[in-house]
Amino acid sequence: MSEIKDKDVLVIGGRELKSRLFVGTGKYASDALIPEVLEQSGSEVITVALRRMDFNNPKDNIISYIPEHVQLLPNTSGARNADEAIRIARLARVAGCGNWIKIEVISDNKYLLPDGYETIKATEVLAKEGFVVLPYMSPDLMVAKSLADAGAAAVMPLGAPIGTNRGLKTKELIRILIQEIPLPIIVDAGIGKPSHACEAMEMGAAACLLNTAIAASDKPVLMAQAFKNAVKAGRQAYLAKTGKVSDEAQASSPLTDFLLPKKV
Amino acid sequence: MGFYDVCKTYQSLDFKEFEKKITEQHVERVLQKSYLDQEDFRVLLSSVAKKYLEPMAKKANALTTQQFGKTILLYTPMYLSNYCTNQCLYCGFNTNNTILRKQLTLDEVEKEAKAIANMGLKHLLVLTGDAKHKATPAYIGECTKVLAKYFASVSIEVYAMDEQEYVTLVECGVDGITIYQETYNEALYDEIHVKGPKKNYRYRLDAPERACSAFVRTVNIGALLGLDDWRKEFFLVGLHAQYLQSKYPETEVSISLPRLRPHKGQFKPMCIVKDADMVQMMVAMRLFMPRVGITISTRENSAFRNNVVPLGVTKMSAGSTTAVGGHTECEKSEAQFEISDNRSVKEMKQSIIALGYQPVLKDWEKIDKDNSLDSCLVGK
Repeated sequence: MSEIKDKDVLVIGGRELKSRLFVGTGKYASDALIPEVLEQSGSEVITVALRRMDFNNPKDNIISYIPEHVQLLPNTSGARNADEAIRIARLARVAGCGNWIKIEVISDNKYLLPDGYETIKATEVLAKEGFVVLPYMSPDLMVAKSLADAGAAAVMPLGAPIGTNRGLKTKELIRILIQEIPLPIIVDAGIGKPSHACEAMEMGAAACLLNTAIAASDKPVLMAQAFKNAVKAGRQAYLAKTGKVSDEAQASSPLTDFLLPKKV
Repeated sequence: MGFYDVCKTYQSLDFKEFEKKITEQHVERVLQKSYLDQEDFRVLLSSVAKKYLEPMAKKANALTTQQFGKTILLYTPMYLSNYCTNQCLYCGFNTNNTILRKQLTLDEVEKEAKAIANMGLKHLLVLTGDAKHKATPAYIGECTKVLAKYFASVSIEVYAMDEQEYVTLVECGVDGITIYQETYNEALYDEIHVKGPKKNYRYRLDAPERACSAFVRTVNIGALLGLDDWRKEFFLVGLHAQYLQSKYPETEVSISLPRLRPHKGQFKPMCIVKDADMVQMMVAMRLFMPRVGITISTRENSAFRNNVVPLGVTKMSAGSTTAVGGHTECEKSEAQFEISDNRSVKEMKQSIIALGYQPVLKDWEKIDKDNSLDSCLVGK
């Protein structure tokens, strides 16, 4: 039993997180679903686009649906370069959204792929200003290293383009990041099914962030629960260390047995 | 190669001949594809594809939910001025039409802004007629500065401008441009734009590209449906959107489907665009460009607008008036065209919620260097 009771927490920006599932706020048919999604997903981190926050209208402000114990992760959705991302991050902090920031610099509106160079620049500036920076990125080892050097608190590689639900298309590249980057690797974007999230966790991702798979499903609350279970199962499997995978069956009559000392 | 050259290659294409070659098998093959090319788009706009509206609609619905979620962004138009120097046969502001002409003062702009902001809207589309000497770029810039205090996003639908004029307006707080080519048919364009600066086809055609170069955040284009064969027109709208999106990936490109409405003057549509045609265009566009924004204005009636919410629409107007000063009690001018959906913002929100969608009032935050953070700090 003791091995099950061992503490397994993720620490980011000095905060201990028991849940390794981060969720988003976009695409819901109603923001009123958010509290229940949070509860059923067990998630302790939620990302919100600053562009959607309306502080002049507290009743309709998306923030009002987020319980206080949940870590707010404002994101820089809409930023086309580092300069815009930096300004959005500063606005979020001044507006009282805390010092965590998910950097999204997207200068490609067709595939919504992140701009690595501009993301590194924004990370460097914001980390120096005391932000806990979580940059969204394409899983490129050199970009990830630069982000780590620039002061990122974690890196968030995409599994597939945002909103596509296509799963871990970049699996091998993410695996390299998990192996080489001394920061939590949080798989962000592309996760469409609980099995995708489970797969990411099994290979050693620190956490998963997803939105479309829950928000655009027919039953977001039920899907949130499914993802909670999948992320937990994947993490447990990673900690338990899965067995060796072999392409061949283990021969029942080994070919080199004749070399063993003969039994008398 | 600019879009004018792209357009020219298609002007000579015999659409009717192309249409004859399209079979049901073509349409079925396109419907199985994940990424569509220009020819596939043309196939989906064909008369043969009309039989496949339901599977097209289902696919468009799934793609839209995946890309944008179950959300509809609301905005309202605000007319600053209806002075016009053009003679466009289809428009109520035509300089030959005897209507009450009016241009709002900055004080009146502020009154209108307050009235609209009180409805809860945060996205505004500012319009003027085409009278550059009257509603000058400087005037539009000053109005924008006033409006920026009340709205998270200010877009403009005015006459075509030079790139530097767009740059200046962006500095004043404009973040979106809407400009319709009206018709991509150059000869017809010349015929229906009888007189005035708008007669310059190419200057207008290149305006969206100049706006992209000026780093305007959103650029919305369209053709006035009813002026020419809608299949040909909308095919070119799609190509224009694709051209802009490929060349300026940092710009959010969107399209509108304005259908000719009754207005002051005698002009009658040259072609009748039916509801089914509108749906075909909308869903074909969603399949061709899954990320493109699609706007449906109050030119359309409430029943039609409700029905198309799940088909790819991302943005809708509400509480609309097409008259200068139409949102306040001050003397109203003549409307540019009749609107068909008179629902208030509150009613629109209720309708959208009833359809299982979320009405979004704010989806942008001004991040210009001079942002005083006022909008964030109020209420904190």
